[in-house]
This record gives sequence, C-alpha cells and structure tokens, in this order.
Amino acid sequence: MIGLEHYLAVAAALFVIGIFGLFLNRKNVIILLMSIELMLLSVNINFVAFSSFLGDLVGQVFTLFVLTVAAAEAAIGLAILVCFFRNRGTIDVEDVNVMKG
Amino acid sequence: MTVAAFTFYAFAVTTLLGGLMTVMSRNPVHSVLWLILAFISSAGLFVLLGAEFVAMLLMIVYVGAVAVLFLFVVMMLDIDFAELKAEMARYMPLALLIGVVILMQLGMAFGAWDYSEGVAERLAAPAGEVQNTAALGQLIYDKYIMLFQLAGLILLVAMIGAIVLTLRHRTNIKRQDILAQMYRDPAKAMELKDVKPGQGL
Repeated sequence: MIGLEHYLAVAAALFVIGIFGLFLNRKNVIILLMSIELMLLSVNINFVAFSSFLGDLVGQVFTLFVLTVAAAEAAIGLAILVCFFRNRGTIDVEDVNVMKG
Repeated sequence: MTVAAFTFYAFAVTTLLGGLMTVMSRNPVHSVLWLILAFISSAGLFVLLGAEFVAMLLMIVYVGAVAVLFLFVVMMLDIDFAELKAEMARYMPLALLIGVVILMQLGMAFGAWDYSEGVAERLAAPAGEVQNTAALGQLIYDKYIMLFQLAGLILLVAMIGAIVLTLRHRTNIKRQDILAQMYRDPAKAMELKDVKPGQGL
C-alpha cells in the first residue's frame, strides 16, 4: 500500500537532486534554472500529497500558485539570460560581477 | 504488488531518473528533454493522488510552455557548452557532500515525523464525490479569488518584464515608417509631364 511517506520520500529525493544540480552546474545558468524548476516541482509533489491524503483541497490551490510563480520566474530568468548573452556573449555566471547599468 | 503500487514505483523512478539526468547530462538539449520526462512522470504521480486538474496543468504549463521555452533558448543561443561543463568534475565532491547532508536531514525529519491528534480519522475519510476540477474551481473562484487575481497580475508583470528585457532597437538598419508612408503627399511625390510625340522629354 502506497502511503504518504512514499510520496514525501520521492519529493525529498527530487529536492536534493535539485540542490545537487545547483552545486554541480555552477556556471551554466540554464541548468541552474532547470534545477530550480525541479525543486519547485518537488514542493508541489509535497503539497499535492498532503492535500490528497488529508482530503483538503487547499494544498492543490497553493500548488496552482506555485506553478504560476514558477512559470513567471522561468520566463523572466530566460529573458535576463538572453539579455546577458547579447551583451557578454557568454552565460557563465562567474562573469556576472559588473553591475554598472 | 498491486497495480497502483507498481504504477507509483514506475512513475517515481522515472521522475527521479529524469531529475538526475537533467542535472548530470552533458548536452543541455538532452537536459531539457529529461526535464520534460520528469514533469510528465510527476504528472502521473499527481493523477495517482487524485489531483487530475493539477496534473493536466503541469502537462500544459510546464511541458507545453516552460520546457519548450527552455528548449527554445538553449537552441537559439550559440553557447559553447563544453567549456561550461569542463569544471563539472571539480564541483562534484562538494555537490555530493551537500546533497547527502540535506538528504540525511530530510530523512531524519521524515523519520521522526508523525500525525498530530485527530488527523487519523480525516485520513481514513475519502474525499467527497464532487470532481476534483469542480471542487478546485469552487475554491479558487470563491474563497481564493483575490489570490487568483494576484496570480494573474504576476503573470502580466512577468510578460511585460520579459518583453521589455528582450526588446531591442537596433540602429543602422532600415525599418518601415508607417506614418511617413501615410503622410506622403502624391502631389509632391510625383510629377506629370506632357510628352509630345516624337520629341521626348
């Protein structure tokens, strides 16, 4: 029988994979953004699992808002990335040390 | 093992595999494709949990929009990814260390965790007969209408921000000037000449 703990374990593992990706791809902003998406997804799995097992739909409503914010964040992040690439010709985050406007 | 358990394990393993390959893959295009796999299989997990609406939303928003946006950017930018990946091995020990530490912390938290008083009977009670989407709609459009509008506002701001960030006006290229075209006066633009036969202009 699949219980709540199983879903929590999957979400925890996915979250750790996201953090692992953040540290592993220190230079590539695109993979960094994907890692953040993975972490948000694991949070969503937690929300939906609790909502389903407690019979309370509010968790799913919150998942919806997390999804909205994740989509907005991905769009803005990629726009900044495109902008940065146009100016510098690279997406290496270690080059992001000048903020002169 | 029942069918539900088997399905759960299949989806869970593909979700984790997709996530792991997303961060480990050498080619970013493959990364995006693995990310799509992770999203699709977690949508399967959501269906197993009875959250059909969120599952379909995940498919439409994440797979249909966000992942395609990632794919578009990865393919559009001409980036030397081999150079970026070269130092991946250097960060591996630190990343593994931090990953293991956080996994152990989460394991300790989940190991010592238990339901509070009075939740046990709520757990046993099945959800009502009303459909998932209809119930969610009643919640969103009634109790959480303010948050729903704010979510729309966030999306609007994100859209305007993305457009403003990526819009650029290049100088020294020719553009169509519609107003100049409309204000153009035929009387000044051309001249009628009466050409006599045999003479020319």
